[in-house]
Amino acid sequence: MDGLQVVEKLKAAMPEAVHGTGEFARQHWIETRDNRAKGVLRFLRDDPELAFDALMDLTAVDYLNQGMPERFGVVYILYSFKHGGYFRVKAWVPESDPKIDSVHDLWKSAPWAEREVYDMFGIVFRGHPDLRRIQLPEYYTGHPLRKDYPLRGMGERDTFPRYVREEGA
Amino acid sequence: MSLIEGKFGRNLLITSVDQVVNWSRASSLWPMLFGIACCAIEMMATAASRYDWDRLGLIPRATPRQSDLMIVAGTVNAKMAQVVRKLYDQMPEPRYVIAMGACTVGGGPYFKWGYSVVKGVDKVVPVDVYVPGCPPRPEALLDGIVKLQEKIRRQTISKDFEVPSPDTVQTAALY
Repeated sequence: MDGLQVVEKLKAAMPEAVHGTGEFARQHWIETRDNRAKGVLRFLRDDPELAFDALMDLTAVDYLNQGMPERFGVVYILYSFKHGGYFRVKAWVPESDPKIDSVHDLWKSAPWAEREVYDMFGIVFRGHPDLRRIQLPEYYTGHPLRKDYPLRGMGERDTFPRYVREEGA
Repeated sequence: MSLIEGKFGRNLLITSVDQVVNWSRASSLWPMLFGIACCAIEMMATAASRYDWDRLGLIPRATPRQSDLMIVAGTVNAKMAQVVRKLYDQMPEPRYVIAMGACTVGGGPYFKWGYSVVKGVDKVVPVDVYVPGCPPRPEALLDGIVKLQEKIRRQTISKDFEVPSPDTVQTAALY
């Protein structure tokens, strides 16, 4: 199904959830809100004409001071093996309360990607079975892919703990 | 540290034992199969037929419990550092470490403001030989191995030889 048809179908099915649409190079996407995202994604997965059965990627973008509706955009890139074709969903997440529902029960590929987004952006996924840092060590503080993370780091060069035998993890 | 190490003073007998012990240690340095990043490609090239470190007695082992030498080949980030330390603790003594490449020597391109990279693997394990380069060519790694063998041949099992504590990097760099 063509991306434009997906957009039209979504607009018809749940008009209150679609906050914006876009197109670039014949790739279509929709924008939605954090509290609506899971419903939209469930519809995209379960509707037999769409059947987006694979979550190819889940990531986030930090639009700090760029005049966007909210600061963070969580991006879901879906693929339908049944019909072919990609579709993109962007969910706006506010800076004051960066939380969004986890989609681990919709796609098995979601948990690790959500852990990475949590690690790098500090966006909490509600209902995630195991929301820990995935790439940075447990003792790390801060979320380095946020645009307001200091460019020169937060002293990681000097504060790295030396490992000695007793503490060998 | 073996049973007889550090038990005797320096004498004529010890020098002959030293020769045998050091000869065997230096000529069967079994490295651990452990590549972290791009330096591991050059390490593989060193192990392959063109450079062939087998001729120096290096037979790669797939477990730290059978290895004498850990070649840290690649960027060590903060999460990997815990694993590096764990593997080092599992190796039987005497054990040696070669820091291969700019990242393991001192952080490399991530030295200044990288948020996740350990600025030198010598913050994690004591290093015997530093091989700079990004990545070092196989000749450089072979040179590092030969340097380590020369260093092993200078060791002695007598009391005078100070066995470096695994937790003091400075000792390892000086002796």
